[in-house]
Amino acid sequence: MAKYTLKDFKSDQEVRWCPGCGDYAILAALQKTLPQVCEEKGIDKEKVVVVSGIGCSSRLPYYMNTYAFHSIHGRATAIATGIKVANPELSVWQASGDGDALAIGGNHFIHALRRNIDINIMLFNNRIYGMTKGQYSPTSPFGMITKTSPYGTVEAPFNPGELVLGAKGTFFARGLDNDLPLCQEIMLASSRHHGTSVMEFRTNCVIFNNGSHSEVSDKEVRADRTITLRAGEKMIFGKNRDKGLVLDGWKLKVVTIGQDGVTEDDILTHDPKADNLGLQMMLAQMNWPEYPLALGVIRDVEAPTYEDGVCAQVDRVAEKSKIHSVDALLRSGSTWEVK
Amino acid sequence: MQHKVIDRDDVVIRFAGDSGDGMQLTGSLFANMSAIYGNGLSTFPDYPAEIRAPKGTVAGVSGFQVHIANRKVNTPGDYCDMLVAMNPAALKANAKWLKRTALVLVNQDAFDDNGLKKAGFTGNPFEELGIEDRTILVVPITKLTENSLADSGLDIASVHKCKNMFTLGMACFIYNRPLEYIYNYIEGKFSKKHPEMIAPNKKVVTDGFNYAANIQAEANTYHVAPAHPEKGIYRNITGNQALAWGLIAASEKAGRPLFCGSYPITPATGILEELALHKNLGVKTMQTEDEIAGICSAIGASFAGDLAVTTTSGPGLSLKSEALGLAVMTELPLVVVDVQRAGPCTGMPTKTEQSDLNEVLYGRNGESPLVVMAAHSPADCFDRAFEAAKVALEHMVPVILLSEGFLGNGSEPWRVPSMADYPAITPRIAEGEGPFRPYERDAATMARRWAFPGMKGMEHRVGGLEKNHAGVLSNDPANHELMVRERARKVALVADSLPDLAVDGPESGDVLVVGWGGTYGHILSAVEELRQDGKTLSRAHFDYICPLPKNTEAVLSRFRKIIVCELNSGQFASYLKGQMPHLDIVSCNKVQGQTFLVRDLVEAISKEL
Repeated sequence: MAKYTLKDFKSDQEVRWCPGCGDYAILAALQKTLPQVCEEKGIDKEKVVVVSGIGCSSRLPYYMNTYAFHSIHGRATAIATGIKVANPELSVWQASGDGDALAIGGNHFIHALRRNIDINIMLFNNRIYGMTKGQYSPTSPFGMITKTSPYGTVEAPFNPGELVLGAKGTFFARGLDNDLPLCQEIMLASSRHHGTSVMEFRTNCVIFNNGSHSEVSDKEVRADRTITLRAGEKMIFGKNRDKGLVLDGWKLKVVTIGQDGVTEDDILTHDPKADNLGLQMMLAQMNWPEYPLALGVIRDVEAPTYEDGVCAQVDRVAEKSKIHSVDALLRSGSTWEVK
Repeated sequence: MQHKVIDRDDVVIRFAGDSGDGMQLTGSLFANMSAIYGNGLSTFPDYPAEIRAPKGTVAGVSGFQVHIANRKVNTPGDYCDMLVAMNPAALKANAKWLKRTALVLVNQDAFDDNGLKKAGFTGNPFEELGIEDRTILVVPITKLTENSLADSGLDIASVHKCKNMFTLGMACFIYNRPLEYIYNYIEGKFSKKHPEMIAPNKKVVTDGFNYAANIQAEANTYHVAPAHPEKGIYRNITGNQALAWGLIAASEKAGRPLFCGSYPITPATGILEELALHKNLGVKTMQTEDEIAGICSAIGASFAGDLAVTTTSGPGLSLKSEALGLAVMTELPLVVVDVQRAGPCTGMPTKTEQSDLNEVLYGRNGESPLVVMAAHSPADCFDRAFEAAKVALEHMVPVILLSEGFLGNGSEPWRVPSMADYPAITPRIAEGEGPFRPYERDAATMARRWAFPGMKGMEHRVGGLEKNHAGVLSNDPANHELMVRERARKVALVADSLPDLAVDGPESGDVLVVGWGGTYGHILSAVEELRQDGKTLSRAHFDYICPLPKNTEAVLSRFRKIIVCELNSGQFASYLKGQMPHLDIVSCNKVQGQTFLVRDLVEAISKEL
């Protein structure tokens, strides 16, 4: 197996996103992470496949020097599923925007989660339709004014984390486009996860929704308005690392360490590997200003994967059957001979 | 009364009852028994759209027609020699299919006031239907079954489920069928899980047989001699089963694993069900969340190196349109099976039609050519599926294979082939070292090469956007036109590897009767009948729609008049006229969700002679 660097994953195509687009960061994170993915999995880069649908972020495959498929709107998940079932040895990465994955592709998205097929879905969430120049998306906040909602939207948005966990997804993580190391950390965790991984990357659309996530992602406020969750670590955040999360009855509560007798021992410890959908759902639902926005790997649990099930069944049936060729199949069952 | 056994050349029997009466099973058992006896055979089930429509209503009638003969049979038959009607609704729904000489067997117990009312009769049903002159056998089938099984220990519901076996026993007597096959079937079906059901079922079918003998059910019984088919191993096969097996055969020949991504839809579901049974041959089936995921997962599997298939019917094909365009654009091998049903929209799901032709030819955005083929009989579905896969893999092109509800659910005896007699399939897999230029083409076929993930140095990108030969995005006007022409040329060149159009009868003359797809048997029978009447006419049947066989224009030009018979409003006729406007093409159409009747075709063609 060859050793790779970032350069091996860069195609010769000029990247054509708008200057300042958040997608650049996710592309860079992927190209930086894949050498390590190949090394960990012991695979050559020709076993890496990148699939996308339609939208700005779905242009990503052209910038990757891998096998790649830029498909049609909403269908990347279905195509990635076919690829993975046909050849489970491949490391399959999907790039989809919020419209691609959650609007037109919503059905495929939830069914991938239900099947737990081992694909890595990078959900670029900029809460706007960028490629069609600024219409609201299924993650646009209620009341958002866009070209197709000049008086504000009158529909509630999806929180992708809620959707993933609601469909009993086995892996959900969240990152910000201005925190490259965390994005890489999430991608590596996704690669290690055996099953469907959804990585929600909050990305900025500099043209049609500038500041899409700035209320939580701006450097000055990020430490106080987000919490980065890591397995085995206390749920502590804040510039001064003095705020934490505790359970107060059935709800999460933000507390300050040192106030009202709260000590570090009272703070919850994150365990993404525990099949604790209730707590993980509460973490995924948190949003500023009531709570910090949760970042990092929120849920990462083991469950049987679809492709393993398909292959195991093929092997099991083949082993039991006496029919191993089409000639034998044609002559099986009820036949008669004309002499 | 003297009982005679009369030899008959052919007989059509229709079993009809409530959809819960087991008539499909009765019909198929009678058919399989006749197949093993060596009769020529064709069957067609006629299901209601509802799984269980209200009991006793005309909407809930389920039928199964069997045509047996002492020679090869082309169709399930127009009109029947015997009708089994398990209730008044079944009689009402099927009376129009009775021959003047037909025998009608009805279950007297179901012809009570309630049953007659549900079927909408107010008086004597036979008089109301104008069939009182037929031979009518009124038999208390329910009571006789109850008596037969009085000591069986079965509950009354289970006893009533055996009514169909009593009927089958009677039919076996009337048509001189030995009961051994039925006994074997009963033992095979119940030996593992319900051995207690073996004896009662055997008893009731035997009692039915004996009852018919004792009452001299018919003054005469009938014997249909075996046909004398070619030597070999035979089996009875439905179109959906044959189609699934043809795909598996192609996968084996090509050395590429078979992947089928599909969503259940009548009448195509049987193919997915059949493929799902054969995981022992490496088949991967995926029941997807919708039709679009069906074709998209197949396109993904194709990109990854599998022989990929999706199966559907008209409405499902509509949903797949955009993804079909993706397959055209990415030039990946893909087989799309459309088992046609009556449309538009949901239409009549259980009824047959040939009305998706325009959709498969034109139903995509942009210049979007692909290969279209059509199967012409249940057994032919095997060869056509094999060939569709071969063309897809060797020409790097999506192929739509048209079947029809009539073919998918219909069955016929099939002489089992040997795979050694089938041609090799050589997928166009990339060789040598990269870099790989995905849209570089073979000069002879214009087909590109196939490189899939895992192949070193061949990394490349495909997608729905227009690209140049190197696989790089291009909005260059000249490049777009070049690629449009090359994709069209590639499809046209498939004709080089297809057989010529054959003519049955004189190679030139006044009239050529043309058909495509599942009308094959009916047209053949009609033409043969006209020839017996001394008429001279020729016949040609199209298995290949796009591209047409290379000699099509040469063949068609040798006839003064072309009669195109099809189960739509003239779609294939328009297609031919569009390409060969100088020909005198007339249409013979039927759009009733039913097959042609041989009689109607004879009449229609006669008018043009």
